[in-house]
Amino acid sequence: MRNPLSKTVVNIKPSGIRKFFDIVSEMPNAISLGVGEPDFDTPWHIREEGIYSLEKGRTFYTSNSGLLELREEICKWYKRKYNVDYDYRKEALLTVGGSEGIDIALRAMLDPGDEVIVPEPCYVSYVACVELAGGVPVSIPLKNENEFRLTKEELLAAVTDKTKVLILAFPSNPTGAIMTRKDLEPIADICKEKDIIVISDEIYSELTYGEEEHCTIGSLPDMKERTIIINGFSKAYAMTGWRLGYALAPALIAEQMTKIHQFAIMCAPTTSQYAAISAIKDGDKDIARMRESYDKRRHFLLATFKEMGLPCFEPKGAFYMFPCIKEFGLTSDEFATRLLEEEELAVVPGTAFGDCGEGFIRISYAYSIDELKEAMERLNNFIKRFRNK
Amino acid sequence: MNIEILKLLETDSKMTVTDIAKMLGLDEAAVAADIKAMEEGKIICGYHTMIDWDKVAEEKVTALIEVKVTPQRGQGFDRIAERIYNFEEVNAVYLMAGAFDFTVILQGTSLKEVSRFVSEKLSTMEQIISTSTHFVLKKYKDHGIIFDVVKQDERLVIAP
Repeated sequence: MRNPLSKTVVNIKPSGIRKFFDIVSEMPNAISLGVGEPDFDTPWHIREEGIYSLEKGRTFYTSNSGLLELREEICKWYKRKYNVDYDYRKEALLTVGGSEGIDIALRAMLDPGDEVIVPEPCYVSYVACVELAGGVPVSIPLKNENEFRLTKEELLAAVTDKTKVLILAFPSNPTGAIMTRKDLEPIADICKEKDIIVISDEIYSELTYGEEEHCTIGSLPDMKERTIIINGFSKAYAMTGWRLGYALAPALIAEQMTKIHQFAIMCAPTTSQYAAISAIKDGDKDIARMRESYDKRRHFLLATFKEMGLPCFEPKGAFYMFPCIKEFGLTSDEFATRLLEEEELAVVPGTAFGDCGEGFIRISYAYSIDELKEAMERLNNFIKRFRNK
Repeated sequence: MNIEILKLLETDSKMTVTDIAKMLGLDEAAVAADIKAMEEGKIICGYHTMIDWDKVAEEKVTALIEVKVTPQRGQGFDRIAERIYNFEEVNAVYLMAGAFDFTVILQGTSLKEVSRFVSEKLSTMEQIISTSTHFVLKKYKDHGIIFDVVKQDERLVIAP
């Protein structure tokens, strides 16, 4: 029989998380800080709206782009919060999670050989999606000393004649880094100068802590025309399982994205779309409540790391910490494996998010304080044993 | 006064000063001093434990009584409220807007005991015009806590 598989797909590296998943699943007493989704239930008023839509028999396809009312609310919301104007008729598209948005944005823009700049460490799907779309991923290793923000110099060094797209994902999974308006300005200047399109994955936009609120690069002067905003309901409203995201893009690009979406997906889940109307109209207080809770856990971990002497820059977004474990002389993978074997605590090695994650681990704080406390005791035991050797 | 401390203690009165300080990014001594001041100022009025008495063999009856009264000249409702809330079996007294004046929440060991209290002690006060007693059959949620629901973490143990 002939080889039935595509070379492109076979050559894609499998996710580094799988191995840990299999081990942890077999350990009943293990605590995991490896989850990349909120621990809250979807707020009841949103679930109720979903139930109501089912009761009403709203069980058909929606238009390809999604419910008009929802698109309108999303555009109004983005305008109110982040001061960008997208036309809900032609520039907004509901997708199956943010993930689909990234995939179709890349496929809508890339021709074979086009280069896509991917600052790492970053979410696991970008590189794979670029390769699937026939593009060439060009990684930029972000640095701890820059608090994992992208700098002008780093970007310039990565740009070539073939560069077409930059994927910008802040607040960041896995580092928790954010980029402020001031940080984004020089990046925007280069994108304009070098004619680069930005895919801005803002799925964690609602989870920023401290003074600085999220800023979208699309709101900077003359950037809207070259920015595709990817966002969704998963992280802001604790709706991961509803699989609902959206893309805001200039009409020219949105039209082609919609074409792929139409043929591959048809439309985002109808029940989720009805529920999401309630989320975006009445969900501000839910976001505030969850953000407050995450912030307390963030403070708790920061203080605990300090006591342990575990170096970690202060992350101001998402719900992750990215401490440095270089002093222990183990690779991230070895550290995570031994931590799991010896203390039954699961974390994700930094290398799951790109080679430059070596020397770091990702710790999620989408857990209750009691769970975090127990986990930190285990981490501390492990570290102390190591240092005493 | 620190509202963030109050919010934390309101959901978990067992939370230690150390944990509170860590969660708010504050100094431990400052948190301890704040809590002490709020206790003294009666902003923090007590630390209680939520108990689902239905699960305990001991008989407990909770009654909610709507009370209509004639306010007293010069003292309004406060004097009557005091006469009611001083009874040990009275758990809570609220002044209400609407069709009646006070909600009185009472805890007793039997229906008999509660009805005796209403007929002998409450109804006999001269300012009380009428009472209407309701008995609680089952508590589903109290003080924001849903009884009897054990939440399992159903998330995948590791996810990107």
